Order: sequence, then C-alpha cells, then structure tokens
Amino acid sequence: MHQSVLDFERRRYLKIALALCAVSLVAYLWHDPRSPPNGGTWLGYTLGGLGAALILWLTALGVRKRTYTSTLGSLQGWVSAHVYLGLALLLVVSLHAGFQFGWNIHTLCYVLMVVVIASGLLGIVLYQRLPQQLSQNRAQQTSDQMLTELQELDERTRRVAANASPDEVLAIEANIAGTRIGGSTVAILSAQDRSTVRLPDGLAEAEANPGQARILEWLSARLSASDDAGRTRTLTDLVSLIGARRALLRRLQQDARLRGWLSVWLYVHVPVTFGLLGSLIAHVVSVFLYW
Amino acid sequence: MFRIAIVGAGPGGMSAAARAAELGVPHVLLEQSAAHANTIQRYQKGKHVMAEPNVLPLRSPLPFAAGVREHILEEWGTGLDRLGVNLRCQSEVTRIEGERGDFILTLKSGESLRAEHVIFSIGVQGNPRRLGVPGDDLPCVQYTLDDPDDYQGETIVVVGAGDAAIENAIALARQNRVFIVNRAEEFARVKDGNLSLILKAIEDETLGCFYKSSCLSVTATASAEAPYLLTLATPEGDTAVPCHRIIARIGAVPPRKFVESCGIHFPSADAAALPELSAQYESNVSGLYVIGALGGYPLIKQAMNQGYEVVSHIQGEAVEPADEPLLAEKFAKLAGGLSVTETLQRMQQRIPLFADVNPLMFRELILGSAVHCPHEGDVVFRRNDYTNSFYTVLDGSVQIELGEGGDSRRITLVAGQFFGEGSLLSGRRRSAAVYAGAGCVLIESPRRDIVKLMNSVDSVRSVIDRLFIVRAIQTGFAPNTPFEVLAPIAARARLNRYKRDEALFKEGEPGDRLHLVRSGSVAVSRNFGGREVTLSYVAAGNYVGEMALLGRTSRSATVRAAVPTETVSLDADAFAELMAHNPALRGDIENVMRKRIVSNAQAQSSDAGGNLISFLMRQGLGEATDVLLIDESLCIGCDNCEQACAATHGGTSRLDRAAGPTFANVHVPTSCRHCENPHCMKDCPPDAIRRAPNGEVYIRDNCIGCGNCERNCPYGVIHMASTPPPQPSLWASLLFGSEAPPVESTGQGKAPKKAVKCDMCKDQSGGPACVRACPTGAALRVSPAEFVEFVSTGVAER
Ligand SMILES: Cc1cc2nc3c(=O)[nH]c(=O)nc-3n(C[C@H](O)[C@H](O)[C@H](O)COP(=O)(O)OP(=O)(O)OC[C@H]3O[C@@H](n4cnc5c(N)ncnc54)[C@H](O)[C@@H]3O)c2cc1C
Ligand code: HEM
Ligand code: SF4
Ligand code: SF4
Repeated sequence: MHQSVLDFERRRYLKIALALCAVSLVAYLWHDPRSPPNGGTWLGYTLGGLGAALILWLTALGVRKRTYTSTLGSLQGWVSAHVYLGLALLLVVSLHAGFQFGWNIHTLCYVLMVVVIASGLLGIVLYQRLPQQLSQNRAQQTSDQMLTELQELDERTRRVAANASPDEVLAIEANIAGTRIGGSTVAILSAQDRSTVRLPDGLAEAEANPGQARILEWLSARLSASDDAGRTRTLTDLVSLIGARRALLRRLQQDARLRGWLSVWLYVHVPVTFGLLGSLIAHVVSVFLYW
Repeated sequence: MFRIAIVGAGPGGMSAAARAAELGVPHVLLEQSAAHANTIQRYQKGKHVMAEPNVLPLRSPLPFAAGVREHILEEWGTGLDRLGVNLRCQSEVTRIEGERGDFILTLKSGESLRAEHVIFSIGVQGNPRRLGVPGDDLPCVQYTLDDPDDYQGETIVVVGAGDAAIENAIALARQNRVFIVNRAEEFARVKDGNLSLILKAIEDETLGCFYKSSCLSVTATASAEAPYLLTLATPEGDTAVPCHRIIARIGAVPPRKFVESCGIHFPSADAAALPELSAQYESNVSGLYVIGALGGYPLIKQAMNQGYEVVSHIQGEAVEPADEPLLAEKFAKLAGGLSVTETLQRMQQRIPLFADVNPLMFRELILGSAVHCPHEGDVVFRRNDYTNSFYTVLDGSVQIELGEGGDSRRITLVAGQFFGEGSLLSGRRRSAAVYAGAGCVLIESPRRDIVKLMNSVDSVRSVIDRLFIVRAIQTGFAPNTPFEVLAPIAARARLNRYKRDEALFKEGEPGDRLHLVRSGSVAVSRNFGGREVTLSYVAAGNYVGEMALLGRTSRSATVRAAVPTETVSLDADAFAELMAHNPALRGDIENVMRKRIVSNAQAQSSDAGGNLISFLMRQGLGEATDVLLIDESLCIGCDNCEQACAATHGGTSRLDRAAGPTFANVHVPTSCRHCENPHCMKDCPPDAIRRAPNGEVYIRDNCIGCGNCERNCPYGVIHMASTPPPQPSLWASLLFGSEAPPVESTGQGKAPKKAVKCDMCKDQSGGPACVRACPTGAALRVSPAEFVEFVSTGVAER
C-alpha cells in the first residue's frame, strides 16, 4: 500500500528501463556498420532521437511538479519513472555515441548529461537516507518551534543571569550574540558550529565557541572558584542552561545540514539540465549543418 | 405605560424599536450594556459582517448590508437617533412579570417599568459569569478583552481556566505582568494548542499561575503602583495580589434560566432546546414575543425582519413573513395550487413525525429543506454515499435497496414515512440505496435543522431514535426478520452515551450485553503487566461485546470510547430471541469473533502496532473518515504538498505539514480529518459547513466569518483567511526556485475573512492535490478501515 519512489508499483519503471537497455544493447551488438559505430547510422539516429526525447521528457518533470491540477498520474509515479529512465539514458546515449569522445560540442553535451545523471543519482540516494534522520532529529518539533525554543531558553538564561555578576551577564549576552546556526553553504552542509564568544576578561577578539565549549569552560572555572552558596546556585543553573542550549543548537545545526543536503543537489541538477538543453540544441544543429 | 417594551438592543430589538418609532408607538428599548448591539460591538475590530441569507429581503427601517463592523454600527446608531428611538442603555432587565396588557419589567437598578407588550430579544451570548465576591463591581474588574495591546506595564490577573482565559492571559503577558487563577489543579477541557502554550508560559515564568485557588475579595488601595488588591484563597493560605486590573473569563450564564423565570416554556430539557413560539413569534405567555437568536434564528437579517414583523403584528397590521416568496418558489413545482400556509399544513398532516412540531419551527425547517419531485426510478442517494441529510416522503413512495448485488432486497416506504436517519445519527456512509417510486415527492432536510428539531421536540427525537434502533438491528443482525418481529425486541434495547475514554465495559467484568456502535468509535484493549495495550479499534456500524454473549461469561478485553460515542445495547435475552428468529446469525457472529481473536493476537505480538493505534486514536482518527498521514521515513520536507494545496485553493494552504505529532515515523499533520460527526458544523449560523457524497466536509461561500468553527474544531485545522496575493509564474519558480510561501492568514486586509479548510479537493478531478504532488510518496490519505491495515503492514514495521 505504501512504498518509496524506488518500489513504486512493484518497480514497474525499473522493468521498463531494463527492457529499454536490453533492446538498445541487443540492437547495438547485432547492428554491424561498416564504419566504427557512431551517430551517423540508422541505429545511431534512432538511439539519438530516443535519447533526446528522453531528455526532454525528463526535463518535463519540472513542469509536471508545478502543474498542481494535472491529472496525469501521481508525481511519485513520475519521479519513479524519471529515476529509472534517467539512468537508462546513460546507456542509450553512450551507445548512440558509440563511445567516441573528443574535444567538441558533442562530448560537452554528453558530459553535461553525465553530470545531471550523477547529481540525480546523488539526490535519490539522499532521499532514501536522510528523511528518517531528519525526523528523529526534530523529535516532534518543527524547525520554527526549535528556534522559538532557543529564544525562550535564552530569555530564561537572561533571567537567571540577572543574579550573576556584571561580567557574567556580559559573557552570557556575548554568547547569545555570537551564536551562528547557518553560515556558508559549506558550514551548513557539514553542520560546523562557527559560533564565537567575546569574553569580557579574555582577549579583545572573539574566541571560537563550537558546541558552547568556550563559554562552558569559562563558566565552570568561575563555578569551581565560587565560595558563596547563592552564586554557586546561579552559576550551576547557568551551566545547565548552556548545556541545554548546546543540545538544542546541535539539533538545529543537524536540521539545517540535513535539509541542506536534501536540496543542494538540485542546485546542480536543474541548472546543468538547462545547460544540457542548450548544448543538445547546438549538438543537433551542428550535426545537421555539417552533415 | 409603554405600548411596547423591547428587551435587548441587538439587531432584532433595534429593528423592532425602529419600527415602533416609525409608527409613532410609545415604546422603550432596554439594553444592559453601554451601547446598542452589544454582540456586534464585541466582534473583532474591522470584521466584515455578512448579510446572509442573500436571497432573503431585508425588512426594517434600519439599514443593513454586508460591510465593515464599525460602519454598520455607526449606521444603526444614526438610524436610531433619526427615528427617535427611546433607547435606554445600562438598563439590564432582571425580571418580567404579567401578561398581555400589563407587564412589569424590573431593572437591575431596582426601577420598574410597565408595558402592554414585551419583545424579548436578548440573543444567546448570555451574561458573563461574575466573580461573585465583594468588590466585583469595582471598575478594575472586567469580563471582556477587546484588544490586549491596549494595556502595557500593568499587573493583570486573569481569572478562569478555559480557552478564552488562556488566550487573553498569553496575549496580555507580552506587555504586562500577568497571573492566571485556576480553580482546579490542572487545565482540563481546553484545546491542546492552548494547553501547551499555557504550560510552557508558566514553566518559562512569563506568567504566574495560582492553581486550586479562588477569589475572595477585591479592594481598592491608595497606592498608585497597584491601585487594587485581589485576595485569593490558595492551598498555601490566603494571598493578596496587588494589581491594576482583573479580567474574569469564567464563562457566560446562558439566558435560559432568566427566560424561564419569565414564564416562557421550553419543550425539552436539552440545553439546545428552543422556546415554543407561535407563527407570530409569541411565546406561551400571551403578549410576550421572542425574536432573534434567542428564538433560534442565528443571523442578523432574520432577527431584524422579525423585529419589524412582530411590531407590525402588535399594531394589528397583517404582514406576510419575509420568507413567504422563498417558500412559494420552493413549492412552485408541487401540484394542487395550494397556498404556502396550506402546503405547510398539509405536510404536517401527512407526515406523523412532524405532527406535533409547532408551525413556526416547522416553517423554519422547510425553509432550510429542499422539495424534490424525482422521476420514477431516479436515484435519491446511493449506498456508501457520505451524505447526511434526512428525507421524508410527502407523496408517492420510495424503494429502499438493502444489500448489494445478488442478494439485494427492496422494501417500499410510502407517504408519511422517513429515511436517511442512519447516516444522520452515525455520520457513517449510507447503508442502502434509495430509488424514487411513482408520483414521489420528497422533503430533504439538512442535518443541522433536524438535529435542532430533535433537540427541541422530544417526540421527534424518540420516534427517530426508535426507528434507528430497529433498522440498525435489522441491518446488523437480522436482515430477513420482518419489522414487526423486531419492534418488540428493539423496544428493549438501550441507547447509551459515552464520553471520550469512558469504558463501555472492562476486562474481567461479567458480560451481559452486546453493543452496536451507533456513532463515534471504540478502542479494544487488554491488560498486559499492568499496562492497557490497545489491540484494535471498532468503528461505528459494527458491534462489540459479542464474545461474552456466546458462552463465555466474563469480558476478555476492555472497550473504551475513543471519541464521544453512542451505542445501542442488547441484553442476552433479546439477543437469544434474535438468534431464535435467525439461525444463521450464530454462525455469522462466530466468524467475526474468530477473525477478531486472530487479529488481536497479532496486534499483541507487535507492541508497536498497538501503540501506534492508540497514538492515532489520540489524534482523532477514531472519528475520522479520511485523514492525511505523512511517512516521515520518506518525507524530504519539500512542502510541495502545501504548495499544491495553495495552488488549487485560491492561494491558501489548508494543511500545515510540519506541525502536528509524530509516532514511529507516522506524522499526523494539521489537516482536516473529515470527522464522521464534524464538530465544526455545530453553531455555524448560516449552516455553511456541509458534507459531500464522498465524505468531504467543506465550507460553502455563504460563510459569514464568525469563527465559531475555528473554535469548535478540536484539531485546529480551520483558519480564517482572505484571498492572498498571486503566486509566481511557473517559469519563475522553475528557474529561480522562487516559491511564494503559502499564505496562512493574511493581516488586516479589507477583503472579508472567511473560514477555510481542506475540502479533500472534491472539485479536482484527480483527487487530493497534496498526495498527487508528493514526489516521494510520503503523503497518503487513509480512511479508518484502511488505517488498521496500514498499521499492521505499513510504515511501523519497515
Ligand atoms: C463572532 C460572530 C460573528 C458573527 N457574524 C455574523 C455576520 O457576519 N452576519 C450575520 O448575519 N450574523 C453574524 N453573527 C450572528 C449574529 O451576531 C446574531 O445572529 C445576532 O446578533 C442576533 O441578534 P439578536 O438581536 O437576536 O441578539 P444579540 O445581537 O445577541 O443582542 C442581544 C442584546 O441584548 C442585550 N441583553 C442581553 N440580556 C439583557 C437583559 N437582561 N436586559 C437588557 N439587555 C440585555 C445584549 O447586551 C445585546 O445587546 C455572528 C456572531 C458572532 C458571535
Ligand atoms: C538527463 C537526465 C535528467 C534530466 C534532464 C533531469 C531533469 C530534472 C528536472 C528538470 C527536475 C525537476 C527539478 C525541480 O523542478 O525541482 C528533476 C528532478 C529530479 N531528478 Fe532528474 N533529471 C535527469 C536524470 C535524473 C536521474 C538519472 C535521476 C536519479 C537517478 C534523477 C533524479 C531526480 C530526482 C530525485 C528529482 C527530484 C524530484 C523532486 O524532488 O521533485 N534525475 N530532474
Ligand atoms: S474541520 Fe475539524 S471538526 Fe470539522 S471535520 Fe475537519 S477535523 Fe473534524
Ligand atoms: S463556516 Fe465557520 S466561520 Fe463560517 S459561518 Fe460557519 S461557523 Fe462561522
């Protein structure tokens, strides 16, 4: 009743794609042109036409995805077919090219296609693996709820800090101000914590504070030096609040990382698709011009 | 002595007074609050007031057309001045005695007035329940809160523990120091969303809470810091809280007691019952008229028309009711050339069910109903349709087809009989198909109007209930036993009502009854090592408790109502009698029992499955007909489902994918469950919420945006929205990935806000757009029958 894109309808499109590959391969081996195999033979034209048609249809997924009123099958079915036929395309086009490559527009077109297919492959692998982690990491919360929780945690920390010494208040504020959840693409995708903190008695510069490590270290030094019961309680509370903050930040960074990976590959897949379409037109035009 | 005294200056009362002023009749209009139309004054600022029903003409010296609240109130205000209406504000009426010709009205101030006639138009909002402690009349005590942003930097105590109190407290806490006073030790009976908000706010100390506390007194102090002192009785002893303001949200006293104290009779004890009125809106007390929402007419225009009609009637002018042309049009296709009144009388004479209904209520019922004259053989409804209207046969006959395919049988109903009560009461699909016979004339009444009638007229309720039981037993156990044989058995059956989580019976108890679930659903659980583990769920239309009746004496499992549930129960003797008439029954029941034992044993072996069922039950699936689930092991969070919903529904998404709870990879997003008996339908003034044949619960265009449904839906899936800006073009979004975020509810816009919710894409040919637009197949819609299967085969065990 309920399956992933790969299992859709008992892998109907996998079977179709395999059949397509088999037919192309048999025809290719059986066909014995005088000259070495290339695009210029009747089989070459057939495979080329097929490949171009497939590319156009694969691109059409972007249109179908946004035609919300479409009654032409479910999007899941489209994606399932897209994945398997997209992979079959690699074989169809390689056979079409007869494995002849050089420094020309034709090979550029091929390379772009390979890039699109490879990125698609990466995408589908990520789609299989990451959602589960994403869900577990969120633990019943939405991303927005986690952010709100962070704000509330900070409010509570500020209230507790009001009982601490002025430089500790400054440190807590600096810690909040120096928190980074996003950052560069690389930072997001690797879930690096680039947070910093500028401690009042430390260097003039901000110090690295990954996983709240620096502020925890600083606070615990003060805690161990404290000889006043009230102060000790305040500092203990602060340390445990920062501990909670650390866990929440970690989850937020993981959330951003997972969501980043789930979409970053599309930033290669789609633009290169348009590059591919351009070079495909150039390839077809040049073939007919220089024939 | 006034000729007419009008109590309550709402739309109904104002219109009556305006008519009296226009005719030069000595009158007085008494209003408890500081200004006219208190109910409308209390609408949200800038609310677009709608003038439903559109087809009904307005009859009043005062103007009224759809528009912004402020504008309408102003027009009414100038209208009252212009006509010279004798309006007295701050004059709450506390007692009415006497009858036609000599009424004495007592005001709260102790003053009394005399009048020949009284028009009662106090609406149904009721009076806010007062604190009832010394000092509750000080200016710092208020019972409403218009705009929380009006207050800053004050200390405010909110008294009450309901949704209104919580919402006020949270809103005020943004700019003030707030305490909330709860009489109990927890916040029971509030929406889940509000519960988590308040608990969180208390934990974060954004506001303070006094549990198990009650107010003792309010006193003024000399201090400018905190001009008042509220004394509370708390478990730790009496505590004085210095404050600026006290907001009491402890509910409203429904007007019924007051109305009854004036001698007005209600036909039934049901809280929803309406007073009995003559065709001229006169109550059983002669000279005392009831109009507007209090009389059961929940819209402004209706109230205004009635005010006009009653005053004209008192002055001896014959007025045709404003709805006369509407009824005439409805009856146009009927043969016989009878007048509207004659047709209504003939209907009541021919249909025994309606014989005892008072003519005014009957008129209102027919106004909401449709009259059909189908051709012989036409389908009235199909088996398995989800519609819930109620039909009576006025002329001719209908054929009811029970069963399906080969072993279907037809029975005939003739003029005066009714059908369709099964789906009406249970919220389940139609259990039979119905075809029109020769010369057939049918009256189709919407669910809401019949429910209203059942609440007010006991005889209607008991006749419908009795027939329901007979038909339920017939379809459930004895399809071939004639009606006459079943009637005495059915008379011994009992109708039971259970609250959510209440047990029908418990494991180990002696078993002596079998329950047919009439509405709602029940969860079957068993005790394992001190824990109740849910094994399965039984939907309305099925029975439970059969095992104990077939030989075994004690209950093998506990059965609890998963949602508010009604059952029809049969004792062992009645059941034995049924089996005697129907020898095959024993075998059938044993079959069902065998299957249940097997599936219970399976559920037991997978603990996760049982827990998943109870999780889904808590999310309201026990009363759902169709619900959107998301398999979190597949969902990539692209929100294409929300995009698709918005794109197919005027730009507003009706589902919130990310929100909602998750258990074992199954996520229940905030989206309509299409409940069997939708809570949202209760109290919708224009009856805008309907159920389509395929089960979709949808909101029609005549929604007036009152927000009742938003409050009544326990799952928070309805919101008020106006039409949002256009979406980016296809190419823009494909090339640049620019998706306009689906609009939740837009700000202060001038466009009227209406209620929006999922309609399961009933107008889309391909079915639900959210599911079709999910690239990974994570989104799926399931019905209760499917979800148990889903639990055992689906995501949980992958
Ligand atoms: C949020 C909301 C939005 C709505 N939107 C619309 C809409 O857009 N269009 C529409 O047609 N309908 C709408 N309605 C319904 C509409 O408000 C009512 O149908 C209408 O107000 C009923 O008029 P009424 O005169 O019967 O009673 P009310 O308007 O309730 O008036 C009763 C009056 O009597 C006064 N009163 C009560 N007790 C006493 C007493 N003992 N002594 C003296 N005075 C007393 C009250 O203060 C009040 O002013 C809405 C309702 C709500 C709650
Ligand atoms: C030349 C071959 C291909 C072309 C031209 C192509 C083109 C596209 C386009 C235009 C989209 C729409 C993106 C969007 O609008 O968001 C898309 C999506 C996608 N493609 Fe491809 N693709 C190709 C091959 C592949 C292959 C081989 C795979 C997998 C093995 C793949 C996997 C996907 C997936 C998983 C999506 C995302 C669906 C979604 O999330 O909506 N593609 N592709
Ligand atoms: S809106 Fe709420 S109450 Fe109405 S059918 Fe949907 S889930 Fe049920
Ligand atoms: S649909 Fe909701 S908001 Fe609209 S009129 Fe009905 S109850 Fe009020």
